[in-house]
Amino acid sequence: MTQPLISVRNLSKHFTMDRDLLGRTTSVLKAVDDLSFDIYPGETFGLVGESGCGKTTVGKLLVDLYTPTAGEILYNGEDLARLKPKERRRYCRDIQLIFQDPYASLNPRMTVDDIISEPIRVNRLQPPEKIDDRVGYLLNAVGLSANYRNRFPHEFSGGQRQRIGIARALAMEPKLIVCDEPVSALDVSIQAQVLNLLDDLSEEFGLTYLFIAHGLNVVKHISDRVGVMYLGKLVELAPKRELYRNPLHPYTKALLSAIPVTNPALRTERILLEGDVTSPIDPKPGCRFASRCYAKGECLGCDCDVEMPPLAEVSPEHFVACYLHPGV
Amino acid sequence: MTTQDTGTIMSSPAGAAALGPLDACGAQPIILDVRGLSTEFVMKRGTVRAVRDVSFTVREGEVLAIVGESGSGKSVAALSAMRLLQSPGRVAAGEVVYRGKDLLSLSAREMRDIRGNHISMIFQEPMTSLNPVFTIEDQLTESIRTHLKLDKKAATARAIEMLRLVGIPSPEKRVKDYPHQMSGGMRQRVMTAMALSCEPDLLIADEPTTALDVTIQAQILALLADLRKKFGMAVILITHDLGVVAESADRVVVMYCGQVVEEACAADLFEQPLHPYTLGLLESIPGMDETESDEPLYMIRGMVPNPLNLPTGCAFAPRCDYRTEQCVREMPPLVERADGRKLRCFVDVTDTAPTPVAGEVAE
Amino acid sequence: MSEWNQSSVDEVPTMGSESQKADETLATGIVLPDGEIPGDDYDETLYEKPENQWLEMWRSLRANRAALVSLIFIILLVLVAVAGPYITPYNPIETEMSNALKPPSAEHWFGTDQLGMDIFSRVIAGTRVSLTVGLLAVSIALTTGIVLGAIAGYAGGWVDTIIMRVMDMMLAIPSILLAITLMAALGKGIDKAVIAIGLVSIPEYARIVRGNILSIKENDYIAAAHVVGLSDARIIFRHVLPNALSVIIVRATLGISSAILDTAALGFLGLGVQPPQPEWGDMLGRARGFIFQAPHTLLYPGMAITATVLAFNLLGDGLRDALDPRARIK
Repeated sequence: MTQPLISVRNLSKHFTMDRDLLGRTTSVLKAVDDLSFDIYPGETFGLVGESGCGKTTVGKLLVDLYTPTAGEILYNGEDLARLKPKERRRYCRDIQLIFQDPYASLNPRMTVDDIISEPIRVNRLQPPEKIDDRVGYLLNAVGLSANYRNRFPHEFSGGQRQRIGIARALAMEPKLIVCDEPVSALDVSIQAQVLNLLDDLSEEFGLTYLFIAHGLNVVKHISDRVGVMYLGKLVELAPKRELYRNPLHPYTKALLSAIPVTNPALRTERILLEGDVTSPIDPKPGCRFASRCYAKGECLGCDCDVEMPPLAEVSPEHFVACYLHPGV
Repeated sequence: MTTQDTGTIMSSPAGAAALGPLDACGAQPIILDVRGLSTEFVMKRGTVRAVRDVSFTVREGEVLAIVGESGSGKSVAALSAMRLLQSPGRVAAGEVVYRGKDLLSLSAREMRDIRGNHISMIFQEPMTSLNPVFTIEDQLTESIRTHLKLDKKAATARAIEMLRLVGIPSPEKRVKDYPHQMSGGMRQRVMTAMALSCEPDLLIADEPTTALDVTIQAQILALLADLRKKFGMAVILITHDLGVVAESADRVVVMYCGQVVEEACAADLFEQPLHPYTLGLLESIPGMDETESDEPLYMIRGMVPNPLNLPTGCAFAPRCDYRTEQCVREMPPLVERADGRKLRCFVDVTDTAPTPVAGEVAE
Repeated sequence: MSEWNQSSVDEVPTMGSESQKADETLATGIVLPDGEIPGDDYDETLYEKPENQWLEMWRSLRANRAALVSLIFIILLVLVAVAGPYITPYNPIETEMSNALKPPSAEHWFGTDQLGMDIFSRVIAGTRVSLTVGLLAVSIALTTGIVLGAIAGYAGGWVDTIIMRVMDMMLAIPSILLAITLMAALGKGIDKAVIAIGLVSIPEYARIVRGNILSIKENDYIAAAHVVGLSDARIIFRHVLPNALSVIIVRATLGISSAILDTAALGFLGLGVQPPQPEWGDMLGRARGFIFQAPHTLLYPGMAITATVLAFNLLGDGLRDALDPRARIK
């Protein structure tokens, strides 16, 4: 039984939206609420959800860009919040982030060489004389010529910039890379290139990924397990094949059916959700999806409006948070 | 098709066939005929020919999808047709014939009469398309009053009707809102309402769902289909998302580097794409109808060429798995085949095996 | 877990490279693909050659004629200021009452003032004063403003609040009044004037820098810098400030012209330079009474002020345009 590389336990991140005159919080944005899951070494964990679901916040919590309001992030068994500065730095090195927007994630005033070598130098990961070679090696690893090292970010296309971002993440020799929607801002034909690259790199360097995306189609190819988030909560979690073949949560089903399909023979009835994604600010008690849930009628004796269904394992490795399913 | 109370499924049988009163592809009368359109941007560094000799037609009531990625010129072509191009862009050649009149030769006033009234447009970024300092009511009624000459009260009533039509709950209340008080999906609906308020013949939708969440995208597409049925209007759907095209389009025009490279009925196109670019595009899209394999995703190597330095010969040749000597030397012409499909390619992909270009690093 | 220090040829994963052509090998054994990389040709013309941003800026500035002329004028001014005493035809503080209020002539190009001093010489000598004060005051304001603004913008929270409220308080009072008040406390003299003007100008730099930093902070590359473990100090100096540099430079240039105006204003009110030191504002102030009899006593110092301020303003505008990120072809 392998130990998870990183575990998240009851993780919450709340943002204060409004205070009263005495400084007490009157309005809270619950971006991430009581989230728990594990990521095992070597796997690619896909995290999917639409805007406002908190998936990006989860990514930022893992790389220590945000501090959790509650809960724990356990790395190698130790809680991030309790780590001493030295260990914390070590932790941070092991977990890196690839950003969504290739046009904003590289410092426009720095050359590619600077961007990639700076982390190596500052963290003393290589002796100074070897840094140049290292940069060249990393550039090749992501499919770019080392001759590009003296160019500036604006001289590259979106896909190339994203590769540079990946090279920067690799420079830190991480164990886990959080990929925050790395292909959404890219042209369709480039998306496949970058996804293949990420796949190759994970094998090559033994990487673990938390792959964040807003559509189930993007993570389908690259993930081992997939989790679906809605308004800060994890509503379903299962191995890839299981999730796509047998989605249980009504939201997952809606997400899946929303993916456009090119082969007419494969088209099914599409589930259209009523209304917009509700707000994560001051959420009402009970299941967050209840107000849009089309399957409520089928659930006898469900209290979804009042009580939050817990995430429970209903079949081996398949977790869902919905009272419709026995075992929850 | 839609239900008003929350909590029930709205379902629509998906597929292009459900989308319009006309099932036959290409049989209706033509309302817009674009011939030989060429647009260029004159800049210090050189002239970028964003649209090169593009021709296509739009028939009454059909959905024509123009597909391409960045640099393909699809948006520029639409803006050129509507004469919404801003300098340094200018139309260098061609005609855009709408019901017998060449739009490019009309006076500004005549063009204004057409825009909004007969041909309407919705854009990708709903936030920047709506004026943040005016209420929805103001913006909707402005267009209505300009073209339909109604008084304020009647215009507002019509605006509320339109909002109801596009599925905005409690439209009498929402009409007083400002754009920032609405979500992306709602704003896109408002934009659609604005575009349709004068019942145009033709709606040009430029990437209407790209900025939206997947489930909202589904809603908007269903809405467009519904409205199309009600009003019988034609739609030019500009997008890079082949999935959207598959679900919504009757006919498809594929553009690459400013040229049309393939044109066909949607069903035919997806069953058998003829141009290597279309082929590559279809195969490399993640998550579409994939059988579960562990093979790497198919990808088109290389990148879109520099618009200032387009290759001689076929623009796609450097990235093409089917290229021949001739492709590199000569530009293939756009040829209309016997079955009505158009193709700009020397090679018959159904008959040739691809030879992946060797020794290359992608991009 | 694979070894990170691999350097053997086989382990370099390049995409789809079925055949690497004859390659150059580095001493460590890493292979760099030689020859064509598709996309490489395209890059040459699509994106500009790696170029110094300063060179770019210079080119753009050169194209702006007003800015160019201003730059030349300012260079001349600097030369005049430096050469100062050596090029004045007359001693700027030497009075000759018999020669008072003479209109411009061949011997006195700008005429003489009420004490018989040669205005031309005084204008030249005054250049040194104005430029020095302008530059010094701006330097004080700039360095202090940058530090305060950077801390406020980066730290946020109550640090930001405290610093900015103090700046706001300073901005609430018209700068010239504030300067006068400070002078009243500090006493008269050109050195006190420098301090007063410098202090008074701090808030606007602090504000600009803070605003810039706030927006730069939002960029992903700053977050990326955090994630790769860079310290806050390093991030501010190496990542944030360089990107704010262009705005700072523009503001500083415009700030010099303000400082020169402020100097002149203080001088006009008799608070800056002490007589008989030449200073343009002071010259204007003393010549007030003679405006109808001997307008030349006001005209030339006034023109000097106007021309200098205008030159710095035009240069600042030109710099701002030159440093604007311009659209590139996608």
